Amino acid sequence: MSYHIVVCAGIVPDPLQSLEPVMGPNGPGLKNEMMLPAVLDPWAGHALFEAAHLAAGHAGSRVWLASLAPKAKLQQVMMTVAQKVPFELVAIDGPASGFTDAAAAAAALADAIAAIPGLDRSKLLLFGGWESASRAAGATLQMIGERLAITDQFQGVDSLTIRPDGTFEILERIEGGRHQVSTCAGAPAVLGWATGHLHEPANNPQLGMTNMRTLMPSLQKARPAAVPMGGTFSAAAVPSQRRETRVVKDLSPDAIAEEIVEWIRQ
Amino acid sequence: MDSTVSILVLAHVEPDGALARPALETFTAGADLAKQLGAPFVVGLVGTDTASAASIAAGCGAARVLMVNGAAFAQARYATDAAAAEAIARASGAEIILAAGTSRWMRVLAGVAERLGGCIDTHITRVVAESGTVSIARWYYRQRIEGVTSRTARPWIMAIEPGTHEAFAGAAGDVTAEPVAVSLPELRSEVTGVRSPASGEQTIRPDAALLLVAGAGWTKKQADGETHVPEAESLILGCLRASQASLGGSKSLVDLSGEGQAVLPFMTHLNQIGQTGSSPRHRKGLATCCHGEEPHVVGWRFITERRAVNLNANCGWAQGKTDVLYVADAFEVMRKVNEKLGKASEDRPREAGRS
Ligand SMILES: Cc1cc2nc3c(=O)[nH]c(=O)nc-3n(C[C@H](O)[C@H](O)[C@H](O)COP(=O)(O)OP(=O)(O)OC[C@H]3O[C@@H](n4cnc5c(N)ncnc54)[C@H](O)[C@@H]3O)c2cc1C
Repeated sequence: MSYHIVVCAGIVPDPLQSLEPVMGPNGPGLKNEMMLPAVLDPWAGHALFEAAHLAAGHAGSRVWLASLAPKAKLQQVMMTVAQKVPFELVAIDGPASGFTDAAAAAAALADAIAAIPGLDRSKLLLFGGWESASRAAGATLQMIGERLAITDQFQGVDSLTIRPDGTFEILERIEGGRHQVSTCAGAPAVLGWATGHLHEPANNPQLGMTNMRTLMPSLQKARPAAVPMGGTFSAAAVPSQRRETRVVKDLSPDAIAEEIVEWIRQ
Repeated sequence: MDSTVSILVLAHVEPDGALARPALETFTAGADLAKQLGAPFVVGLVGTDTASAASIAAGCGAARVLMVNGAAFAQARYATDAAAAEAIARASGAEIILAAGTSRWMRVLAGVAERLGGCIDTHITRVVAESGTVSIARWYYRQRIEGVTSRTARPWIMAIEPGTHEAFAGAAGDVTAEPVAVSLPELRSEVTGVRSPASGEQTIRPDAALLLVAGAGWTKKQADGETHVPEAESLILGCLRASQASLGGSKSLVDLSGEGQAVLPFMTHLNQIGQTGSSPRHRKGLATCCHGEEPHVVGWRFITERRAVNLNANCGWAQGKTDVLYVADAFEVMRKVNEKLGKASEDRPREAGRS
């Protein structure tokens, strides 16, 4: 059994950066957005590592990374990501902003995926993160799935096991720190990944060189996509969260425990 | 006021016929919005046994109750849930559709919006109607920026973040629920069960009043130059058992566990809170042995009252972020806390498999 795995992954500001929203004529954006260092969206990144792992274990499988992002920034991020795992890039030139509409982003991605030469839709596994670190809505993948007529969808996936008969066992995060277990007849399916179980692969410069050979042409021919804002914004702000902290230094552990227990019981 | 708008609240019914708290919270949100807009309020129910949920919906003021019943809808499965939600949405003709942001609805609502040719917002914390214009508040960039937006496209699906509204608790009413027919695609997936964490100990309790946050400090060398991981484990689990708190972990601590080191086996990625983890809502939070850096302290965002225990008075989870910082040894403090909570955990055997 082989799979055609398309991983949808955007790019997001490096989580260590402080973010400040600014209102523009069409809606909010981030201050110095184009200057902020970017990384591959973390949960989607896990999806990419899972995809590569799955492809490595199933001869004849292929992995594409579909990304809607400003192409210059995407190229920067690809310099590192290309060193992690083998994949072919499907680049779409458009905003990476979290304030844009999921449906329009999904439409652009679905069109690009449908146009991938050689993609066998009966083998398609559509991967991505269950939520992005930008819009953080958990909406885009479902919409792409619908556009590609895939009605077996899973979100918050931590594990995909392919059983000897080719059927899947999938674990999805549900409330209370538990997993829902499902079986699925096989591809096509949509899987929005949470953390999964794989570690981020170490950088492999040689792999990076190989990937870059197909990456650069894909970036060059990235089609532009217009993605409007997710509605009309009346506000976007980082609420002030400073508290007056009472620092308690000279109490005995017993007295502190007394205070804490009293507070817990309130 | 826009009297042509109608409001639909979608709810899935639990296996025992009850409505879970997030559904009841969404009833409140939907009924309030309908009142503000002077719009009719419709409830759509999905599950096997929807009778008692229908009476609650009527009690909450639902003018109509639509239902999709049947064994196929007992499962939280995309194909069936999306079809049920789509059928109810079409039957209701509603322009604004609210549903709780449970794992079950979050799996399908965006797909349903796509089918209906509508739009969606998720993780909504507030819905307001002003002069007939509806807007919502939600967080962008993983709880770091709060935005308020409104949309003209309809239908507009709104997934309401659990824990943000009062749960409806009024009396039940009378209503004749209307069945809605659903055409299902070929079913290729099946839910076969639920798996609890490998340690067998339940550590995540979304409804708990208290969130206990543990940081990597629990696994580090202490004043005597040694680590005390087994004691850390029994102190943390002891506190969870005695207080019925939910457990959160910093990224550093959770990553340690993932790397297979002999540290806190019950701590998994599901416990991680913060920017790249979850941001649970609890009334109180107690952080122990956590440090944290500015962008990641969003793990505190939705915790109302916060306290921290740290040896370091400059702790980043504390300064300007907690109400009280106790500068003290968490091992000593938690030992006493557990004693006072009535259950001295350190001399109890570990109760793997029981919680
Ligand atoms: C891209 C990225 C994303 C991140 N996302 C997240 C996230 O989502 N969530 C998150 O939590 N972090 C996140 N982080 C990491 C975050 O910035 C902090 O580094 C991390 O939370 C610190 O973890 P810690 O407090 O467990 O460990 P440490 O920084 O090692 O702190 C340990 C603390 O324990 C205290 N301590 C030790 N012994 C005792 C004792 N006996 N009594 C009392 N106190 C004691 C020490 O004083 C110290 O303050 C992220 C980092 C990056 C780079």
